[in-house]
Amino acid sequence: MPADLLIRNLRLVDGRGEYGKADLLIEDGCIASLEGGEAQEVWDAQGLMATPGLCDPHAHLRDPGQEAKEDLASGLRAAVQGGYTDLVSMPNTSPPIDTPAAVEYLLRKSASLNLARLHPSAALTQGQAGQLLTEAHALARAGAILLTDDGQTNEDAGLLALGLRYAAAQNLVVAVHAEDASLRRNGVMNEGPLSVQLGLPGNPAAAEAARVARDLEVLRQAMEWSPHHLPRLHVQHLSTARALELITLAHQQGLPVTTEVCPHHLTLTDQALSSLDPVFKVAPPLRTAQDVQALTQGLLDGRIDCIATDHAPHTRAEKDLDMLRAPSGIASLEVAFALLYTRLYLEQSFPLVTLIERFTDGPRRILGLPPIRLAVGQEASLMLFDPATPRPVNSAEFATKARFGPWEGWPLRGWPRATLVRGRTVFQNAIPGAADRG
Amino acid sequence: MGTVTSVPGRPIHLLDFAHWSTPQLEELLETSQRMAEVLQRPVKKVPALTGFTVATVFFENSTRTRLSFELAARRMSADVLSFSGATSSLAKGESYRDTLLTLDAMGIDAYVIRADAAGVGHQAATWLGKPIINAGDGWRAHPTQALLDAYTLREVLGSLEGRKIAIVGDIVHSRVARSNAELLPRLGADVWLAGPATLLPPTLPGARLTTRLEEALQDADAVMVLRLQKERMDRGLLPSMSEYMATYQINEERMRLAQPNAWVLHPGPMNRDLEIAGSLADGPRSLIERQVAHGQAVRMAVLYHLLVGPRGGLHAS
Repeated sequence: MPADLLIRNLRLVDGRGEYGKADLLIEDGCIASLEGGEAQEVWDAQGLMATPGLCDPHAHLRDPGQEAKEDLASGLRAAVQGGYTDLVSMPNTSPPIDTPAAVEYLLRKSASLNLARLHPSAALTQGQAGQLLTEAHALARAGAILLTDDGQTNEDAGLLALGLRYAAAQNLVVAVHAEDASLRRNGVMNEGPLSVQLGLPGNPAAAEAARVARDLEVLRQAMEWSPHHLPRLHVQHLSTARALELITLAHQQGLPVTTEVCPHHLTLTDQALSSLDPVFKVAPPLRTAQDVQALTQGLLDGRIDCIATDHAPHTRAEKDLDMLRAPSGIASLEVAFALLYTRLYLEQSFPLVTLIERFTDGPRRILGLPPIRLAVGQEASLMLFDPATPRPVNSAEFATKARFGPWEGWPLRGWPRATLVRGRTVFQNAIPGAADRG
Repeated sequence: MGTVTSVPGRPIHLLDFAHWSTPQLEELLETSQRMAEVLQRPVKKVPALTGFTVATVFFENSTRTRLSFELAARRMSADVLSFSGATSSLAKGESYRDTLLTLDAMGIDAYVIRADAAGVGHQAATWLGKPIINAGDGWRAHPTQALLDAYTLREVLGSLEGRKIAIVGDIVHSRVARSNAELLPRLGADVWLAGPATLLPPTLPGARLTTRLEEALQDADAVMVLRLQKERMDRGLLPSMSEYMATYQINEERMRLAQPNAWVLHPGPMNRDLEIAGSLADGPRSLIERQVAHGQAVRMAVLYHLLVGPRGGLHAS
């Protein structure tokens, strides 16, 4: 009996190494052979490379309640077009995801879509209001993969300490949006000479650094009170060199803290705000070239564990408000891989295997998901991409509802061409031999 | 959204002075002179902009600047359409973009736009293919104010070359300070910005900054006093009004540090006896009324340059 799918002439790369050419045989959702065989469908992937499916630990899918910005169908379609097989949704929806029923809603609806696998996060505090802890036990049983009040800033340090301990007993990571609200105030861009010149309220690097410093002390205290379960802190969307220094010191002292960095913080600086275009408005804000350099180095040497999109779609009308009123956020699920493949690997000689690791194994490790290997017997959840053909970013083609962005027109290579989840083709673009599933 | 572009040699907007060469700015000030002459005539009207429609779109309230622009347009025979929605259109859920596109459908030739956020003029320039004049965007720029200040200063000082101009007050939130710090040095002036530590940015291109008022006032040829917004007190940026008055109010005594007969300017509206002593504002060194008068001439010149071009004919009716 022939297998389900044979993908010929692929070059394989994962978070451990590059493996040269293979003919990938897929059967029952798993990799049956790397040396070909009989299959019902045969793709010729000449010139393409395969990696394990990408994993995004941080995306805003806006469902339920903000479907004008995004919903599960558009967001998870964008994910697979970006090469993602796994994605963590943020709970700052309307209402926030703070009950088991809400988590179950996300799991049920996303499963019916047959796109990327959704791993919902849930709020750390009820209504993300920073007052009372959510039912972490029930949320974990319902399927919540981590707890976070992302979008809000956890001003109450004592409550965060309790949340870290309580979540630890459920084996859940707590992720934090680390910005000190009193230092950030109403800042809309990085505070510095340019914000002064442009007459825009600044959000200083100190807002992030001060909050990371506080949260690391909170984590230290939570550890002392939690001898049986290790509290784990995940710092979201690191944007400053200064905060990275604090994380580095914490690692040296053995604190269980992990971090992520976003594509926009690796490819854009505050100078982009000279255009006064709210498309560049994001929180935390775009920082300086020195910060970009430090973050790139941190991603390279592993002090930063992974790449997270912080995919944050808004409507065009919302982004057409002015710099003070337009909401913060950049939608990047569909461009993240090609962007960093081009900017980091092709242009800055960032090692490809490390880059893939930060897109795959890195986030999975934080989330407690097993790594995916491109080996016989492993689940066939993978991305095929074209390493060679340049194509400019054209947001009009995107599946996200936010069809605009800060990289419009950038000529990139490394565009995803197909995404498979457990052997099922959830996205493919013009691969010879592939059945067109629309 | 693209950046604002201009036809080679000729700026299409006045958002700030970035796209204006110094000779073009000189030309604008010369045209202002001719406009000021028009305003001296018994019949203060020329047909230069007959058939053009200018829209003043004030998303942030300002009676004085709006009236000045509208009178300037009418003195040149343009039709004027006035929209002062303040935040009402936003409150109704209509974006600035939709408001502007609605106006554009009515056939507008140039827009005068004010908003409380930096960059609204830049955004409008990407939405509308018409000249945009920035009448103040948040804390960022107020170029016609700086032009009228430069015009007024040159009238009394001659050239600004080597002249020391002190700007005093709430620098960090001031579009007037930013635009003057951008323009006056290009005309040769030495610009000093002085204010309390919480209202003074660390740097601003083109100017020297200090918290020491005496340093800024010392031998200054002119002192520009900025309006102090009382809400700064609420946000904790200043301990009290009286402390501000004790340390930064510009009055006769402090003016003794400046050049004898140094001039005093204020962009208005004034908090009399708060940032500036009333007697000084009313006294012989005050240029405040002249600033208002010249505002009209400068705005006529700006409209003329953007709609007709600097070399167009300008004839009296």
